[in-house]
Amino acid sequence: MAEFFQMIASYFEFRFVQYAFIVGILIALCSSLLGVTLVLKRFSFIGDGLSHMAFGAMAVAAVVGLTNNMIISMPVTIGAAILLLRSSQNSRIKGDAAVAMLSVGALAMGYLLMNLFPTSSNVSADVCTTLFGSVSILTLSTVEVWLCIGLSIATVIIFVLFYNKIFAVTFDENFARATGVKATLYNLLIAIITAVIIVLAMNLVGSLLISALIIFPALSAMRVFKSFKSVTISSAIISVFAAASGLLLSIVRGTPVGPTIVAVDIVVFFAFLLVGFIISRARKA
Amino acid sequence: MPLLSFENISIGYDNHPIVENLSFDIEKGDYLTILGENGAGKSTLLKTMLGLIKPLSGKIVFDKKVKRTDIGYLPQQTVVQRDFPASVWEIVISGCLGKSGFRPFYTKEEKALAEANIKKLGLEELKNRCYRELSGGQQQRVLLARALCSSDKILVLDEPVTGLDPKVTIQLYDIIDSLNKEGITIIMISHDLHALKHANRVLHLGHEIFFGKKEDYLKSQSYQAFMDKGGEQ
Repeated sequence: MAEFFQMIASYFEFRFVQYAFIVGILIALCSSLLGVTLVLKRFSFIGDGLSHMAFGAMAVAAVVGLTNNMIISMPVTIGAAILLLRSSQNSRIKGDAAVAMLSVGALAMGYLLMNLFPTSSNVSADVCTTLFGSVSILTLSTVEVWLCIGLSIATVIIFVLFYNKIFAVTFDENFARATGVKATLYNLLIAIITAVIIVLAMNLVGSLLISALIIFPALSAMRVFKSFKSVTISSAIISVFAAASGLLLSIVRGTPVGPTIVAVDIVVFFAFLLVGFIISRARKA
Repeated sequence: MPLLSFENISIGYDNHPIVENLSFDIEKGDYLTILGENGAGKSTLLKTMLGLIKPLSGKIVFDKKVKRTDIGYLPQQTVVQRDFPASVWEIVISGCLGKSGFRPFYTKEEKALAEANIKKLGLEELKNRCYRELSGGQQQRVLLARALCSSDKILVLDEPVTGLDPKVTIQLYDIIDSLNKEGITIIMISHDLHALKHANRVLHLGHEIFFGKKEDYLKSQSYQAFMDKGGEQ
């Protein structure tokens, strides 16, 4: 056991491992915060759609030759989030169809662009990295790390400040609107935060697995906890735990980071499912 | 001056009017029941009153002393709420948010108000319970407490007894009646004739529109027609 800890300690001497942990934990924290809202508002699919948009934007950034692709992917994803939110509220246009169209379109165009204008000799590996985030978390530059830290902290602060309003528009949008809460504004805020989180989380788990990072902790917490506050707090803890242990496992065992974190999330989900089942049985008995 | 004045209002969606040129007034302390069959425009009228949708023409004039956000609202339950993890306390106090602007947290006064409304509706023991685990009648009382946090002037209720058993239905009507006696103006949609018991005014939407005192409504054609169709007893 001591050897194991020594090995871990030796990994932590590397700067890139330290970065990966700081950024990974912050991203996991942020992504879990809005999970409850997105699941309950039936917006889970928007997260998925946005991540594909972000992939398309990243491809464009890579082709153009930008070193920091967040400059393009961030505004494009935020724009898409606002657009999707609008369309899903407008009952005349089918929201899910709009999401599907935008996301699949962006995915296809992104891959096409990367093939037409390859920036490296191994396009498949590049695509794989963007989709599953295998190494990007370990190759973050100092600028990217600080950008991640800054945006994560901003996200957490905004979430805390607007927590009560976010609860109100999630639980009952019509009531909130009727009594004077600026529901449209807060929906917009939710969409923008989601977009920011998705672009950040692409570094950690890649664009295909972001939904898992957003949804699993919330779903796990909802099996066991009963109030909005306890679900939010526990899903943040679950998410940070899964990210930290997933990162550790992937470094020790050499597995890809994103899928390892998601695997831990899945294990936690089933554990909570079981606990929730036992609690409800115990109550009935 | 009436509390709320509907002046030549036409309501509907996408320029398809459901009700046209409707005019009526609601006075302070009224208990108005809105009756009508499905599709007669009851919910649309309510949503227009709450400002959730715009009237196609005409306008709603509020007394100077009330704002649109002074209307407390008891909506119909949504699908989302059925598996929503929220405590009774969290839901009731969220009724205070409409007036808080951009202030992020609840004040002492708001907490006291939520506490008082929880007590008023007999929910003290359920305060920390999960909303989705409550019975239908308890859930309605929670939503009523939330509505009271948002306003103590006007209460708008959208079919509040849907899905409740007869005993709980009568309890809920009695609660609403006692709120009315405290001076809160009640506007309630129903397709249940029991809802008439405590009302002093009736608006009947349908082919023939009736608005007036309950006594007159009970003698009217609209009422007879509604009864003949077996308006749910």
